[in-house]
Amino acid sequence: MVETTKLIHEYLRHSKKFPHVYCPGCGHGIVLGSIIRSVHHLGLSKDEVVLIAGIGCSGRMAVYVDFNTIHTTHGRALTFATGVKLANPKLKVIVVMGDGDALSIGGNHFIHAARRNIGVTALVLNNNIYGMTGGQSSSTTPENSYSTTTPYGHLERDFDVVNLALGCGANFVSRTTALHAQLMDKLLTKAIENPGFNVVEVLTPCFTQYGRKNKFKNVVEMYSWYRKNTIKVEKYKELPEEKRAGKIPIGVFSDKQEPGFEEKYGQLREKLRSKK
Amino acid sequence: MAKKKGETIVTVYPAWCKGCGICVNFCPGKVLEFDEHGKAYVARMEECIGCGFCELHCPDFAISVVAKDKKDNKNNSEHKDEGKN
Repeated sequence: MVETTKLIHEYLRHSKKFPHVYCPGCGHGIVLGSIIRSVHHLGLSKDEVVLIAGIGCSGRMAVYVDFNTIHTTHGRALTFATGVKLANPKLKVIVVMGDGDALSIGGNHFIHAARRNIGVTALVLNNNIYGMTGGQSSSTTPENSYSTTTPYGHLERDFDVVNLALGCGANFVSRTTALHAQLMDKLLTKAIENPGFNVVEVLTPCFTQYGRKNKFKNVVEMYSWYRKNTIKVEKYKELPEEKRAGKIPIGVFSDKQEPGFEEKYGQLREKLRSKK
Repeated sequence: MAKKKGETIVTVYPAWCKGCGICVNFCPGKVLEFDEHGKAYVARMEECIGCGFCELHCPDFAISVVAKDKKDNKNNSEHKDEGKN
C-alpha cells in the first residue's frame, strides 16, 4: 500500500500556509496530489522537475510544491515552458494552466506549442469559469449556463480542449476528471514520460463561482454529476450517435511517440557542429 | 491494499480538513461523518474496506488510510505535527 498522504507531505513546501488556498472541495487539490504521486512514481528527483503555472487558482499550485517552480504571467505559462525545455531538455516540464489561462488568454500559445510539439506536459484544469477573478464566463463555459457576466445564460459555444489539441497535432491527448484520481495518476505518469507535447485535460468543479449559479446544491453534487455523465472513451465510441449527447468521454484520445521539437533542434545542432 | 473490513486505520487531521464532504458522501462503507464543527471524523472504523478513495480524493491531504499491521511505524505521529503548522 502506498502511504499516499505521507508521501505528498514530502513534496510540499511547509513554509507556506496550509491548508492551501483552494475552496472546500475544489478539484485543484486532488490534481496537486496527483502530480506529486506521478512524479514520485516515475522516480524523478525534485530538481529534475519544473512546474510552471500561469495566473488563476491553478497558478497557486506552483507555490505549494517543492520542485523548480515558476509562477508566470497570465496565459504565458507555455512560453516560459518552451524556453525552459529548450535551454535544458533534460528537465521534465509540467505546465499547469486553467481554462482561461490555456485557451482564452494563452490560446495562441497553446495552439502553437501543440503544433511545434515542444516536449512539455500541459495540464489544463478546466473548471468552466474564471474562478479567481470573480466568476466571469470563459471560453469553456458551456452554452446556456450562468456566470457573473452571463446572468441570462451563455450564448456562445464552448471549446472542446481535446478536439482542439488533436487538431493542433499534440502527441498525447487525454481527459479525466478530478473524481477519477486513479485515471489521472495514470494519464499524468504517461504524459510526463512521453516525448513531445502532451495534454491532460482535467475537469475540476468550481462550486464557489460556477456550481452555485448553475443549480448545484453543493460540491459533492458536482462530483456526482461527473460520475454520472462521464464515460470511458472506448465505450463512448461504441455508443450509437443518438445516445452520445451529454456524455463526456474520458481516457486517452491520442498516443503518439513523435520526437519533440527540442530533440529535433538538438539533432540539427549536432549535425551543424560536426560539419565544422 | 486490504479489501476486508476492519483491517485499516483511517485518520482525519482536523487542522487541514475544510469539510467539503467528498469523503463523507463517496465512502462506500460510510465510515466518515461530519462532527459538530462541520469537519469529517471517523465514525465507523470497522466498516472501512481500505479502498483508499478518501485518501486519494481529499483535496486537502487531511486523511490517511494505513493498514493495521503497519501502525507501529511512527508515521502517524510525524504527520500530526505537520498538520498543526
